[in-house]
Amino acid sequence: MEDKAITILAIESSCDETAAAVVKDGRLVMSNIISSQIDIHTLYGGVVPEIASRKHIERINRVIEQALKEAGVTLHDIDAIAVTYGPGLVGALLVGVAEAKAISFATGIPLIGVHHIEGHICAAYIEHEDLKPPFISLVVSGGHTHLVRVRDHGEYEILGRTRDDAAGEAFDKVARAIGLGYPGGPKIDRVAKEGNAGAIEFPRPKLRPLAGDQNSPGSGYDFSFSGLKSAVLNYLNSEKMAGRDIVVADVAASFQKAVTDVLTEHAMNAVKEFDCDVLSLAGGVASNSALRASVKEACDAAGVKLYCPSPVFCTDNAAMIGVAGYYEYIKGNFADLSLNAVPDLKLGQR
Amino acid sequence: MKILAIDSSSLTATVAILEDDRLTAEYTVTNKKTHSQTLVPMLEEIRKMAGLELDKTDAIAVTSGPGSFTGLRIGSATAKGIGLALDKPIIAVPTLEVLAMNAWGTDMIVCPIMDARREQVYTGIYRFKDGRLETLTKGCAIAVTGLCAMLEETDGDKVLFLGDGVPVYRELIDKLLKKDHCYAPAHMSRQRAGSLAVLAGMYYEEESAAGISAKDGGHIESAADHRPEYLRKSQAERERSRRESLQNEEPE
Repeated sequence: MEDKAITILAIESSCDETAAAVVKDGRLVMSNIISSQIDIHTLYGGVVPEIASRKHIERINRVIEQALKEAGVTLHDIDAIAVTYGPGLVGALLVGVAEAKAISFATGIPLIGVHHIEGHICAAYIEHEDLKPPFISLVVSGGHTHLVRVRDHGEYEILGRTRDDAAGEAFDKVARAIGLGYPGGPKIDRVAKEGNAGAIEFPRPKLRPLAGDQNSPGSGYDFSFSGLKSAVLNYLNSEKMAGRDIVVADVAASFQKAVTDVLTEHAMNAVKEFDCDVLSLAGGVASNSALRASVKEACDAAGVKLYCPSPVFCTDNAAMIGVAGYYEYIKGNFADLSLNAVPDLKLGQR
Repeated sequence: MKILAIDSSSLTATVAILEDDRLTAEYTVTNKKTHSQTLVPMLEEIRKMAGLELDKTDAIAVTSGPGSFTGLRIGSATAKGIGLALDKPIIAVPTLEVLAMNAWGTDMIVCPIMDARREQVYTGIYRFKDGRLETLTKGCAIAVTGLCAMLEETDGDKVLFLGDGVPVYRELIDKLLKKDHCYAPAHMSRQRAGSLAVLAGMYYEEESAAGISAKDGGHIESAADHRPEYLRKSQAERERSRRESLQNEEPE
């Protein structure tokens, strides 16, 4: 008898995208609907949690209905509902979690809680059928910067993480300081193409391992971007004091180079230390063209195979949650109706 | 007619099932604010206890607000998810009406007060006429001083206060309000999904017969359309409009 396909309805509402998708067997994305709130949050220069939560509740049913419709399925065809339950903005997460639980309650369809970062890591499987653990994944987004060793499906070791700002957060703050506005990532990426990345020497922060940190024992893989952000602000200030004109494109390019250098170096060090010849990128900042180019160059030189999801699977989306949910389904990791949102959920925690 | 009723607008989590004129189940807990974990399991419990076949439900009733922003959204998303799954409409009933309904039949003016923080209450003024709930003042967020002034002007000899604003503002009300007044006992002082279900059932029968929807000022709407009525903007929006009005006041 042929194995029945597993069809998962996935819901994601951890930040400012309301998203739903239908994914078959953890690979085939039948629909992937993302309703972005970026226009509203741009007015405030960043994501406003209460507004994000209000928008989620307004849009969530239509987004789910559209995902089902585009996939050509009904709830009768769905084997499980996967939902992001952390980490993220608690009020935003709660909308998706309550909605998913209610659908599960009303239909009896099993429920699966998915870790948002695990979703980002799993996004790389969608377009790369040959990608299998073990590999190293560099997860960079507006809220997260993680270097993760993927030992197996659902088995993760966090090698390094940011100790202050996430990479995307640094992009947003610098973009604001040089007048590019929100969201910083795509805007800096665009402007930096016109600039000289060697024009200004910004620091590449090196961190010592934290004593007694169980989460990153002995690693030098942690990141810190707030010092770099301060260096950019200091540079802008001193140029202004000296009455010199600021070349925005050069600042953008030099800042971006400093970020991508650090990210690339840490990722390549991990690949080498763990004798792993596969690296994947994940998260919204993985769409950054300079980061992609920098990592690609390093991987080519080191003979490492690089997997980058398309931008639509890098940004927050539900297809990736459907993929991660599939592996939980296979393992029988189901949630009950008391599933709660966990804003500071750790990777690998259940 | 079968209605599943849900409220998590305050510290209380409450769910009920109404089948025609029988309240077949009601489950109310006022303990900790863990609605995200408890609300759906409570629904599952009453569904089993009352033997409700969910697909035979006509509509999902939910308190539309005001209330705790997060609490309202948990109730709303739960109702919307069930509505989506069963393809059933939502009956959205203002939280203050639901509280007032607890005192059905009284001759007193009914004044629910919910603690809205920032020295305000969410409140409205209601009375019962021929067994029907009448709204004298619609739900709003105001200071207790303003509410007491409004109540002095309202026709009626005596005011009944109820809601979670009572323990917070009772002393102040006693000091400010000259009109005779009293406070509801515990069994009618907080949100009850039974009251919600009964009010929703009345609205559902009247409005579905007359073809009135939420767009016409009624209470029935699609699960996709439903959203809470917070009666208050987010802090970021309030600050932004204040900044803009300050800018507009500056001379050119």
